[in-house]
Amino acid sequence: MARAPLRPGDLIDGFTLIERVHRGNMSSLWRVGRDDLDLPLVMKVPRLGYGDDPTGIVGFEVEAMIMPTLSGPHVPRFVAAGDFETLPYLVTEWIDGGALHERLGPLPLPPEEVAALGARIATALHDLHLQHVIHLDLKPNNVMFRESGEAVLIDFGLSRHDRLPDLLAEEFRLPMGTAAYMSPEQVLQVRNDPRSDLFALGVLLYHLATGELPFGSPTSRGGLRRRLWKDPLPPRWAKPEFPPWLQEVILCCLEVDPRDRFPTAARVAFLLQNPDQVPLTRRAAFQEHDGIVDVFRRWLRSLGSEPVLRHSLSDHLSQAPFVVAAVDTRHGGPLAEAQRATVRRLLDATPGARLGCLAVMKTSRLGMDINVDKQGNNLHVKALVELKHWARPMALPAERVTFHALEAPDPATAILDFARANQVDHLVVGARGQSRLRQYLGSVSAQIVANAPCTVTVVRASEAGGRDNIA
Amino acid sequence: MKTAIITDIHANREAFEACLAHAEGRVDGYAILGDLVGYGADPGWVVDRVAGLAADGAPVVRGNHDLGVVEGAEPRMNPDARQVVEWTRGRLDAAQLAFLAGLPLEIVAGDYHFVHASPRAPRAWEYVNGIREAERAMAAAKARITVCGHVHQPALYHVGPANRVVRFEPSLDTPIPLRGPRAWLVVPGSAGQPRDGDQAACYAVIDQALARVTFHRVPYDHETAAAKIRAAGLPESLARRLTEGG
Repeated sequence: MARAPLRPGDLIDGFTLIERVHRGNMSSLWRVGRDDLDLPLVMKVPRLGYGDDPTGIVGFEVEAMIMPTLSGPHVPRFVAAGDFETLPYLVTEWIDGGALHERLGPLPLPPEEVAALGARIATALHDLHLQHVIHLDLKPNNVMFRESGEAVLIDFGLSRHDRLPDLLAEEFRLPMGTAAYMSPEQVLQVRNDPRSDLFALGVLLYHLATGELPFGSPTSRGGLRRRLWKDPLPPRWAKPEFPPWLQEVILCCLEVDPRDRFPTAARVAFLLQNPDQVPLTRRAAFQEHDGIVDVFRRWLRSLGSEPVLRHSLSDHLSQAPFVVAAVDTRHGGPLAEAQRATVRRLLDATPGARLGCLAVMKTSRLGMDINVDKQGNNLHVKALVELKHWARPMALPAERVTFHALEAPDPATAILDFARANQVDHLVVGARGQSRLRQYLGSVSAQIVANAPCTVTVVRASEAGGRDNIA
Repeated sequence: MKTAIITDIHANREAFEACLAHAEGRVDGYAILGDLVGYGADPGWVVDRVAGLAADGAPVVRGNHDLGVVEGAEPRMNPDARQVVEWTRGRLDAAQLAFLAGLPLEIVAGDYHFVHASPRAPRAWEYVNGIREAERAMAAAKARITVCGHVHQPALYHVGPANRVVRFEPSLDTPIPLRGPRAWLVVPGSAGQPRDGDQAACYAVIDQALARVTFHRVPYDHETAAAKIRAAGLPESLARRLTEGG
């Protein structure tokens, strides 16, 4: 596959090469332009010489297969792919600003900054998972940021698309990924679990928060396998003042068994944005490695570890939905009861689902609000108390339910914003009567149904007395 | 150019019509990969419809049941199939038989090799139903992408620079790239007699310009197709196969 070296000014399928911005072992990156496109572009040209490592070639095939299926703000926009037999290349949107590892100053970063970066990356990961793709090589070199702040994931050469052939899995019998970030199941060559990306995210957060890599950068297969039994040093070991909630999130991401990690990246994004909602377990308090007995037990178990087939990515995501009930606690009565019955049915049918209970306190648009009632009670606290009271009959364990009181002039907009910001999968809202005024003005529930980014269930209390009784 | 690949129709008019209706508007042309007849009760209608497509330029290749109807059933054929082959021959007129007799065993067009069974020896009617068979088939293929019938369950095989043939269970309604230099073997599955427990007819659409294949399943009125088999006095097992999908 010998060909003349590329030079600035060369024209390839309508793209003009401007300058080479990177030259690596596997590929070169060129800034390119095309007359009809007002978009900064980058062309990746793989180095495919005779006798090259076939994993590099297949990695490029994988990326050329997956990139055209992706869209949205969290991936570079795909523009074109060259014919492999003549000149293989991949052209995408150029993202300004460099990758995360180039932007980082001295580590560790303050916990709030770690959480803010982590939440943005987790949001991008969840968006990728919803598009049926597991990244499988998340690390600071592969995360960029748009000027608007959204994280952008790049380099899909090791990725897996849930609905397309996995060109890498069957052909090669080696763990694939970056040693420092690779999940235990990737070490065992399992490539279909989205929670592998959460493990890598945990490594990244640990690194940002402590300046250390939790498992180092092992170079041998034996070194890689150590993470199957040896737990990382908890951040609180070196820094007792390290926030327990952040340690909880990081160590939960780094669990050996994916089933012990958070179920979705959306959950991680949510907790990093709502530290007070992180359910603290033993992990939050760890200041030492696990005892020798625990480590030995995990080592024994790792000896028999075999890759196991798991659910498809979309099945996995649909098993852990975030259901949010927007409850109008002021009215209570049959509607609140009917809403609880509906929510209970949803949660019973999907054991992996978790519930967010949401109350919106309407404020005036002029901002002259007083946050205490006539008796001097804090309204925010009161709303939370009422929400908890509403949820109590469902007897949900703490890790399955969270409570949120928002203050906003327009309840529908506040609920929709919450649903978008927290990747809510299913909204359950109540609808009150059918007065003429309501039909004329439009109800909160109708506004939500019309604009929600997810499934919406509108609950009505059954009309026991018949329609005639409603004014 | 988008082509609907429909194969192993087996004289099932209802299934064939459902596939054609599903494909309408999605494709610019058709390719039929053999076994137009056998098993089902509507051989004449199916042959006429395929002959119409062929007249419009559709590639059509011959399957073992088509050959059996023309030349007499092969001794290897199971008793039910033999019975239907003999019955079918009595239902077709001279023009329909001549159409079947004139079909080629394989057609190579650009990147695509269309054949009923394995390209290794098209008249040996080898089933491409495993890694080893797919490896042999791809080694013998005269184009980068092989498309074949004969096997009634949909499948997709591919082989890349590491020289390992891999089988992929096709996901439905998802365009799957068939990019080079990798070699691919596409088995759309049977339209007229699915055998994987799902009664819905199988077919696939290949987008030549983008080199992509999309597998589809189309539900059809299999009760009527089965009733016609019974009414024609053909073996009950063949009717049951349609209602059970296997």
